[in-house]
Amino acid sequence: MENFRWRKNKDILARWLCLGMVVLAIVPLASVLFDLTIKGFGGLNWAFFTEMPKPVGESGGGMANAFAGSAILVGLSCAFGIPVGVLGGVYLAEFGENALGKAVRFAADVMSGVPSITVGIFVYTVIVLSMRRFSAIAGGVALAILMLPTVMRTTEELLRLVPDTLREAGLALGIPKWRVILGVVLRTGAPGIATGIMLAVARAAGETAPLLFTAFGSNFLALKLDQPVGSLPVQIYTYAVSPYEEWHRQAWAAALSLVLLVLILNILARVLTRQPGKQGR
Amino acid sequence: MLTLLETTTMEERPMTQPPTFAAPTARAEPTAAPVAPSVKMQTEALCAWFGKNKVLQGISLPILEKRVTALIGPSGCGKSTFIRCLNRLHEVIPGAKMDGRVLLDNEDVYVRGMDPVGLRRRVGMVFQRPNPFPTLSIRDNVLAGWKLAGLRPKDPDTLVEKALNQAALWNEVKDSLNRNGASLSGGQQQRLCIARALALEPEVLLMDEPCSALDPIATAKVEELIHELGQKYTIVIVTHSMQQAARVSHHTAFLYMGDLVEYNATDALFTRPADRRTEDYITGRFG
Repeated sequence: MENFRWRKNKDILARWLCLGMVVLAIVPLASVLFDLTIKGFGGLNWAFFTEMPKPVGESGGGMANAFAGSAILVGLSCAFGIPVGVLGGVYLAEFGENALGKAVRFAADVMSGVPSITVGIFVYTVIVLSMRRFSAIAGGVALAILMLPTVMRTTEELLRLVPDTLREAGLALGIPKWRVILGVVLRTGAPGIATGIMLAVARAAGETAPLLFTAFGSNFLALKLDQPVGSLPVQIYTYAVSPYEEWHRQAWAAALSLVLLVLILNILARVLTRQPGKQGR
Repeated sequence: MLTLLETTTMEERPMTQPPTFAAPTARAEPTAAPVAPSVKMQTEALCAWFGKNKVLQGISLPILEKRVTALIGPSGCGKSTFIRCLNRLHEVIPGAKMDGRVLLDNEDVYVRGMDPVGLRRRVGMVFQRPNPFPTLSIRDNVLAGWKLAGLRPKDPDTLVEKALNQAALWNEVKDSLNRNGASLSGGQQQRLCIARALALEPEVLLMDEPCSALDPIATAKVEELIHELGQKYTIVIVTHSMQQAARVSHHTAFLYMGDLVEYNATDALFTRPADRRTEDYITGRFG
């Protein structure tokens, strides 16, 4: 009886300890979101998204340059990163049981741990120095390199989840292997791969460090790919460290919209995976 | 017993050993064609390995045209590997090897330059577990062999209806052809897989324990189907169930530990087994 009470108390203690730690973990997350909403929400209006920055001292104006720039950068990074990542993942899953596959897998795992600023320096030396200017392309490449390991590994993992019986079903119907991979394997894994891509994009969209010396930033609506472009994270950084009250307000609003953007991407990713829950057995 | 079997290796057999079993005589049954059936496929000294593990010890077996041939034997005796050699699906498994010859209409299907893709369109296959493509509709599942190969059938609607009719599934799904193939019940899924194979109008249909994942009612339906299809197609069916072999097949081969022990007309094999091991197996006295 005594023993039972002691075990019961241990159980209660452990449970409260877990709960306490969860609360501790949630506090910073919640307070960041709360702070961000309080300080940023006031700055969100139509002009913030559509107008260009005003000179210091004038009130109003927006961050159209940063939104457009971020869109360009994310678009470019998808254009570079998704084909390479998905096809690389297909290679790893379907043909990668050899030395090359192992090497590529290891490289991808190492790359996903490389600090993003290192990638920025790499792109700076390879692209920015040889082009002799900062550019949207350089920024897009830097983000693509950051996306690559995530996209490649999630593609591989998801294709491995596609049961072999489906591959055999395709082959047994006299469908060539490459068509089985495209029409059966990739198609079955597509929702999950889309999720992986969304998460990679969400991560890339919030990167600041690699953009500082690749896309650099711009206060003008630059739509040329070989010119520097603005981006949300860089704009937030520039505005936040400035001494102007008006810019601080806008930095908060930009930070809030960036978080919302990432949130939307994450939700989209979840919806995509949930939808077709049917898997072949 | 074991030592006796282990000594029965391929080396002791002449490579071109003539079949030791009784010649397939026409079976007294109403559906039998007046002429003796010709040999559609033939294996000669077929050996197969998974890595270093030899699972087929040199099997020579004829497969008669427009007849149902059943392969029986205990688990792991090489039945599935055998039929997977017939459509060259064995070789897609990493580390799998084979040796010997497989003839289809007297042509070696393993000859250099022979395309397994073309062979597999002539020799269709139905698997143990129903495996419809989960991303495709019922209709597209039936047409998968065409569409996924980048081919267009001349009249897809007729083809779908014909294949589903042959698979005895048309009446159950004709109003929901656009539903997902994975939404059907297990037995329906298996018949969908049969329809998918039949849509290519194969000459030979291989069935690897097609009923083992199905309930008795679905099994009865599929068996009836096999019986009917056996009049138009050459069928090879692997089964664990001797009753099933007795019900659906014209000829039965008993495989044991990678060897062909006995091959005969189904009636004869089940009533007058020539080999002691066959008798032990079919009477359930096995190990």
